[in-house]
Amino acid sequence: MTSDAPRGVDAPPELVQLLTPEGERVEHPDYDIELTDEEVRSLYRDLVLVRRIDLEAVALQRQGELGIWASLLGQEAAQIGSGRALTDADMAFPTYREHGVAWCRDVDPVRLLGLFRGVNHGGWDPAEHNFHLYTIVIGSQTLHAVGYAMGMQRDGGEAATIVYFGDGATSQGDVNESFIWASVFNAPVVFFCQNNQWAISEPLEKQTRIPLYKRASGFGFPGVRVDGNDVFACLAVTRKALQNAREGQGPTLIEAFTYRMGAHTTSDDPTRYRVADELEAWKLKDPIERLKAYLFKNQIADQEYFDKIDAEADALGKDVRRRCLELPDPEPEALFKHVYAAPHALLDEERDQYLTYLAGFER
Amino acid sequence: MTTLTLAKALNEGLRRSMEDDPKVLVMGEDVGRLGGVFRVTDGLHKDFGEDRVIDTPLAESGIIGTAIGLALRGYRPVCEIQFDGFVFPAADQIITQLAKMPLRSLGALKLPVVVRIPCGGGIGAVEHHSESPEAYFTHTAGLRVVACSNPADGYSMIQEAIRSDDPIIFFEPKRRYWDKAEVDLAAPGLPLDRARITRPGADLTLLAYGPMVKTCLEAAAAAEEDGRDIEVVDLRSLNPLDMGVVAESVTRTGRCVVVHEAPVFTGFGAELAARITEQCFYHLESPVLRVGGFSTPYPPSRLEEYYLPDLDRVLDAVDRAFTY
Ligand SMILES: Cc1ncc(C[n+]2csc(CCOP(=O)(O)OP(=O)(O)O)c2C)c(N)n1
Ligand SMILES: [Mg+2]
Repeated sequence: MTSDAPRGVDAPPELVQLLTPEGERVEHPDYDIELTDEEVRSLYRDLVLVRRIDLEAVALQRQGELGIWASLLGQEAAQIGSGRALTDADMAFPTYREHGVAWCRDVDPVRLLGLFRGVNHGGWDPAEHNFHLYTIVIGSQTLHAVGYAMGMQRDGGEAATIVYFGDGATSQGDVNESFIWASVFNAPVVFFCQNNQWAISEPLEKQTRIPLYKRASGFGFPGVRVDGNDVFACLAVTRKALQNAREGQGPTLIEAFTYRMGAHTTSDDPTRYRVADELEAWKLKDPIERLKAYLFKNQIADQEYFDKIDAEADALGKDVRRRCLELPDPEPEALFKHVYAAPHALLDEERDQYLTYLAGFER
Repeated sequence: MTTLTLAKALNEGLRRSMEDDPKVLVMGEDVGRLGGVFRVTDGLHKDFGEDRVIDTPLAESGIIGTAIGLALRGYRPVCEIQFDGFVFPAADQIITQLAKMPLRSLGALKLPVVVRIPCGGGIGAVEHHSESPEAYFTHTAGLRVVACSNPADGYSMIQEAIRSDDPIIFFEPKRRYWDKAEVDLAAPGLPLDRARITRPGADLTLLAYGPMVKTCLEAAAAAEEDGRDIEVVDLRSLNPLDMGVVAESVTRTGRCVVVHEAPVFTGFGAELAARITEQCFYHLESPVLRVGGFSTPYPPSRLEEYYLPDLDRVLDAVDRAFTY
């Protein structure tokens, strides 16, 4: 039965955490991380910049420039932490919300905006970034990731695959099949589940009775729950899981315990199904605020640095906006392109007829 | 008479069915508190409770598979598939089980399951949210396939579908959800398997269903200015097909254009064209022409105005029909 109590507010004991919401560094017996001051500042910069891109995208949607946008607000640490754990040789398979991971893989944010603006269905070359296309059909990409990892396994070398999906996705058959494949073939894959507590309007308890990371044991591989709002912990846990995968120790399920601070997408109205207190409680665990507090307390960064990053973020926001608005609308001819690798007679005929028809209006 | 949007009319129809029969259940993703992403199930969770309005786990195969089980136990599940493009994870349960289990039992089993699918494009959505998968299902024997086009039909057809003992794929044109019309909540609807002549005419028959009915009515109104008297038939049911109404209409007008959003190639229009040719051959003044999507996946939204049949493309086909 559904309760009205805010969910996920008390961190469960099994959570791997290296940085508390107050910005205190804590030790964990299994996971540790050594970062230079420069690396820590760089993580902070990533978090701030991707949040800024996200805010700009939401604004663009509100102004009618995007059809829809799926915000990553609140999930920055999960995405940057895991994304920065990847080496160039690793491969990532995203859902539709992994704008932070895309950032780590050097995918131009305007490419992401193009998809949501409707100029194309994705359009970056996955091989160029080792970042696959966004997948909207829930869970499908988990199987692709496992297959890709099986390929890596056969090719030899030092690489692993990471695949992203949500708490809701864990109910899909494809996701469960991907767990089985990964386990049976000992594939070098990391399952990175961002449990943001909601699948549109459905709370976690509509998908599971046990903590999601515990599902892994039934499939025969380790599962770990990490504080998804702690960028250090996400980095450390993902690094270790990827390294294990590269070394032939098979898959790991990481459940990043986090919160979708915004609406599901810009089309959604969360006031219909969740209580405001829940959001307020999670705001206290904000991934950026805690890192900022840590940087400040440990004198790794000062106000001048924060101001500089804010200014960079604003400039990035403006740049992304400008280039989004400059995206040319596709020509009608684009309808017929890239459907097949080789020429296709019927398609060519349809294209020619249609372009002739359209030309009739120009006269 | 009450003025209702299509979404609200469907909602009223569902409510009426749930009141009439305690075995009727609503199930799907986000159909509970949220009332569905299009609000078609709005308020039902509050009024009928979560035993009858079930927010399911996120798995379409699970939704249809468990609906089959509930139906075996005497319930009448109405499943919502959130968007057309997400019916495919459930395709196995629909095609291999839902459609065929009654036959397998030599008639001992009935599966009164309704699968509601918001369909079609025109709302500026991202990939998988604008498709027209009807032909996959009309090609599957054992399923009835219907498409409503307006609020009054939405209200009556959903109730009829729920009353039917056969499994039904129920298409709802999502871009028409917000269109309003007068609905007589007390009037008995046309039987579910009947086509309707929505606009009588003498010169040419436009055949359409779901979202394209409105487009065809607009085209017929525009053609009137050119002195052409166009008939518009809303098929309503694709399987079974009401060939009686179709053949009578085309026999009378001698010309026919079929319009749907789905790709023309092996689309539902191919079946119509073939049947009309077989049954009305000596009355045809021109070949049956088809207007529809291209042989491409549904495009990104900035191209959908080019992909979707519109007034001009329908009128262009009408013009061509008169050149024979
Ligand atoms: C197969 C399929 N069914 C339904 C949907 C519609 N849908 C889009 S997102 C979503 C919820 C996803 O929840 P979760 O996996 O937790 O990811 P989140 O959006 O929270 O990141 C649903 C039901 C879809 N995209 N694909
Ligand atoms: Mg979620």
